[in-house]
Amino acid sequence: MSVVKSKPSLDGFYGEFGGAFVPEMLYANVTQLQQQYVEIIAEPSFQKELNDLLRHFVGRPTPLYFASNTSRLLNTNIYFKREDLCHTGAHKINNALGQILLAERLGKTRIIAETGAGQHGVATATACALRGLECIVYMGEKDIQRQAPNVARMRMLGATVVPATSGSKTLKDATNEAIRDWITNAENTHYIIGSVVGPHPYPDLVTKFQKIIGEEIEQQLLTQTGTALPTHVIACVGGGSNAAGAFYNFIEQPSVQLISVEAGGEGVHSGKSAATTQLGTVGVLHGSKSLVMQTADGQVIEPHSISAGLDYPGIGPLHAYLYKTERASFYNVTDVEAIEAAFATTKTEGIIPALETAHALAILSKLTWKPSDVVVVCFSGRGDKDLATYMPFLK
Amino acid sequence: MKNNSSSLSAAMHGKDLAMYFTAGFPVVDSTVDIIQSLDAAGVPIIEIGMPYSDPVADGPVIQQSNLQAIENGMTLELLFQQLKNLPPLQSHLYLMGYINPIMQFGVDRFCTLAQSVGIKGCILPDLPPELYAASYQPIFEKYGLKIVFLITPQTTVERIKLIDTLATGFVYAVSSNTITGKAGNNSAEAIEAYLLQAKTLVVKNKLMVGFGIATGKALHKVCEIADGGIVGTAFIKELAQTTDVVSVTTNFIQQIAEGYHE
Repeated sequence: MSVVKSKPSLDGFYGEFGGAFVPEMLYANVTQLQQQYVEIIAEPSFQKELNDLLRHFVGRPTPLYFASNTSRLLNTNIYFKREDLCHTGAHKINNALGQILLAERLGKTRIIAETGAGQHGVATATACALRGLECIVYMGEKDIQRQAPNVARMRMLGATVVPATSGSKTLKDATNEAIRDWITNAENTHYIIGSVVGPHPYPDLVTKFQKIIGEEIEQQLLTQTGTALPTHVIACVGGGSNAAGAFYNFIEQPSVQLISVEAGGEGVHSGKSAATTQLGTVGVLHGSKSLVMQTADGQVIEPHSISAGLDYPGIGPLHAYLYKTERASFYNVTDVEAIEAAFATTKTEGIIPALETAHALAILSKLTWKPSDVVVVCFSGRGDKDLATYMPFLK
Repeated sequence: MKNNSSSLSAAMHGKDLAMYFTAGFPVVDSTVDIIQSLDAAGVPIIEIGMPYSDPVADGPVIQQSNLQAIENGMTLELLFQQLKNLPPLQSHLYLMGYINPIMQFGVDRFCTLAQSVGIKGCILPDLPPELYAASYQPIFEKYGLKIVFLITPQTTVERIKLIDTLATGFVYAVSSNTITGKAGNNSAEAIEAYLLQAKTLVVKNKLMVGFGIATGKALHKVCEIADGGIVGTAFIKELAQTTDVVSVTTNFIQQIAEGYHE
């Protein structure tokens, strides 16, 4: 087997996955990004500005916390990479800030974004408030009803939240609406995609802004244990941005096992699931070729997960590639297992995880570990936003 | 059925009209009736929309027709069955839609069936010329299928030339950077300047203008520069309100011809 690479080809392919399947109306914008993103991000002034913001505004580096209670229970060494302690409560802000600085350098004055549960919408609205840019967030009409607190946060931050009323009225349709907005306002608008999905260069662009998670893991492990490489890195995967960030530094380190956890919903074969690698076939969704949950006729299926951040019918092309090459092991966790893991972790460690993170945590008790293993779980977000889902389970 | 073909072609003086509709809309069996009515009315090019759940380049009207068609049970499989029963036509048939359903159906199988039912070519807005050339061109050519690419006011001179080289059906000039059914923000002068330039650069193919053309008058305007125009959304709006697709189609083309003439 050839070596699995962390970077895409020049035209944005990870193996057979990726590329930029966009209508001509987006060609100019997408090409501008493709030609300039690497150079702009590498500029010392860009790096300094972003790093200052990540440190003083976001609160990075986030702790790598040795979860002693969970480690004792499982007789191994479990670390949590605390992205939940980022400002706005999740890793999404890393990407939103990076892309805002990029948009400014591209001369764009208007920012659009899509959001499912609202975390990426809140992160983008926060970045726009900070930089004084107009912000429009597309959100499925159904999600607006389900995620009222995050809608209020976005509005308080000055964003306009536009309901996506087309199709199934959820994340997939909010993304469609954002793309349509970008087509119509191509010249002054930058689209901040929230995950490692979309046309090239977005999967690599978003990965570049999230890879700080893995970089910090390496440095912090070295300081805390004397060894930089963990044996395992675990992350939940919807589109896959926190997983891409946590994995990136380790993809070309074959000794590190990468574990991706998808949302099994009510069970992979229940008809209500979001486990894209298990249920998807090769297709094009939102501008890139990847695995897509679809009917035999190529119509995209609306997935299900109790976690609004994981119910996406596609997966980033990097993850499709890691799946196909078997570089990452893919598991899935049901709604019920995720809820149980959320309650167990909260009680054992004193940390309320986001429902997405709870999927990654749930896999800990399903796999067997050696006492010498060093297992890092990407703790992607905090659970405040999910209290309404958790509350009925409080007995 | 009244034959309007002479009135349309007489009105348009050698310019071409392309009509878009969504297969399986308003009802699943509308496809063949609409095609035959457009053919009888003398429409030179018919774009048969292949419904897709996530049509990102389309406005609300065509989105809705796509969803309705899917709900009606329209599939590529069924579409090819319907097209198999068509008598010989004067109109050239193009299939228009997104790449995902074709990938799922199998590109080779899609091209085989398209050729067998007499399809002239395809318009696939989310398959850019570079990706077409890299992976699809040999298969399309093997089955004698033509390909159409879009250009926009933002498409560079160099790229328009490349697109004209690769395209074999016609070049589809989007009037403004927008989604279907919307006129966009560009002024009439800006659109005219863009079309005049495009006309000098597109030398191998016909230049057809689409997006936001709803009337014969608007069609006439673009035909002053281009080789023809494409009407879609305005026609879908009419179809959405009828059970008699034959009369609606015949009347619609009659109105286009009259509006063009005025």
